[in-house]
Amino acid sequence: MPKEIIISAENISFEYPTDDMSVNHAAVSNVSIAIEKGSFVAILGHNGSGKSTLAKLFNGILVPTEGKIFVKGMDTSDDDLLFELRKTVGMVFQNPDNQLVATIVEEDVAFAPENLGVQPAEIRKRVDKALETVGMKEYASHAPHKLSGGQKQRVAIAGILAMEPECIVLDESTAMLDPAGRAEIMKTIKRLNENGMTVILITHYMDEAAEADRIIVMNDGKVEADGAPRKIFSEPGKLSAIGLDVPQITELTELLSSSDIIKNKFSFPKGITDEDEAADYIERLFDSFGAAVRPQ
Amino acid sequence: MLKDITLGQFFPGDSIVHKLDPRMKIILMMIYVAAVFFADTWLTFSLLIICTLALIIVSKLSVGTILKGMKPIVFIAAFTAVINIFWSTGETPLVSFWGITIYPEGLRMAVFTIIRIVSLVTGTSVLLTYTTSPMALTDGIERLFSPLKKIHVPVHEFAMMMTIALRFIPTLVEETEKITNAQKARGADFESGNLLARAKAMIPVLIPLFVSAFRRADELAVAMECRLYHGGEGRTRMKVLKLSVSDIVFLIISIAFFALMVVL
Repeated sequence: MPKEIIISAENISFEYPTDDMSVNHAAVSNVSIAIEKGSFVAILGHNGSGKSTLAKLFNGILVPTEGKIFVKGMDTSDDDLLFELRKTVGMVFQNPDNQLVATIVEEDVAFAPENLGVQPAEIRKRVDKALETVGMKEYASHAPHKLSGGQKQRVAIAGILAMEPECIVLDESTAMLDPAGRAEIMKTIKRLNENGMTVILITHYMDEAAEADRIIVMNDGKVEADGAPRKIFSEPGKLSAIGLDVPQITELTELLSSSDIIKNKFSFPKGITDEDEAADYIERLFDSFGAAVRPQ
Repeated sequence: MLKDITLGQFFPGDSIVHKLDPRMKIILMMIYVAAVFFADTWLTFSLLIICTLALIIVSKLSVGTILKGMKPIVFIAAFTAVINIFWSTGETPLVSFWGITIYPEGLRMAVFTIIRIVSLVTGTSVLLTYTTSPMALTDGIERLFSPLKKIHVPVHEFAMMMTIALRFIPTLVEETEKITNAQKARGADFESGNLLARAKAMIPVLIPLFVSAFRRADELAVAMECRLYHGGEGRTRMKVLKLSVSDIVFLIISIAFFALMVVL
């Protein structure tokens, strides 16, 4: 049975007007994709590849200049459905400072359900649950500007969760964070996905994309590649041609496979992204050379 | 330097003042402000000081916090005091030099003015901004003035603008510091020269600050829309406001205080 589709884009294009009125800059051109409910999709691309524009098209912040996007059957260009649409697809942005409205963590998280007109007791429940999910419960009465970047971004995610969306889009939400903050966010969104939330992660970090079920590589406004991380990273040449790298661990196994000593004796599977798996194969590599070279 | 600005900043706590209904606090503040202007004798000013001190004690705020909040008004208070000293006239001069005569009334006025300004700022900050989260404050203003919506006063919009302004004070202060340091690193000089030169030196700080503030405003607007913000209509609040016993007690005390100030 095919999985339920939550977002489907049909031949969409989006053009930004430029200073020269006659020429428009196409940020997204003729893209068709379908996002399955409950999946974890990473949209990968370098700056200017159109990945953020694509994200903004998903919940109607931008409306495609050509083609249509449907979210659970709702046309994003229909103004009457906008409210329902934004309730279904929550969006977390890059700069945590610019998305927090209130001066107290829990009041900020309550912002979306308050706008929805939810009853006070129910808002309280949702806020507590959302803060619990992102692990920020003990900071409920803190001021956001005193939190670290990763914590602020987790509050921003909680603010979206309190709206109870079915899909959450993270538009480069880790780009401004330090490695510890990025790890916090990745852990949080993976847990969300395990609980059934559809996650769309816009990023230019390879190792983040490698954690997803599916990667869509964007280049020049077009879908360059689309598939499981393993498949995408098995062709490092194709990625480097559009200015992207493969994760370090993939590159390492790739280099080992092609080295003169190893080439004919041992081969690594293509597109390894998991460090434990790579370690396992490296151990087997040592074994195949015999105990002599095996480190003690 | 910039970080020290606490005016308009909230300090979380659990004192009785923190727990007052924001609507009640706004009413109390109005009574307090009116009372401050009724003070005109040593007796009423002493009463004012006692009340303000009592308020500070009950609010459990640290002395340092209160003093920091007073910093920005020191100049204004001193300036008005000096004007009062030299410009007031009375019957018997206290001292007279270089053609300037100082009367005891002038000194008295100067002291009164200082007390008035300091207690006005301190009292209202303790009562409102220090002990009320801006969100609660906005909520209070919105609900207190909601009858004005009937005559098309955009009460909710004003309240929202105020919350956002308060929310972004620390963010913009931080940003100003960052830009100042960046410009210093490029050789900008903010410390020397006369007032005009120093004001001019601030331009390279203000322009990036404004540009970034507009960018932030744009991003915030989109983020708010994504969180279903559509104005005040149909909006509920997580925290329901309810008058408690302490609200009533505070009201009675402040009405008594006001009556005393008027009578004395």
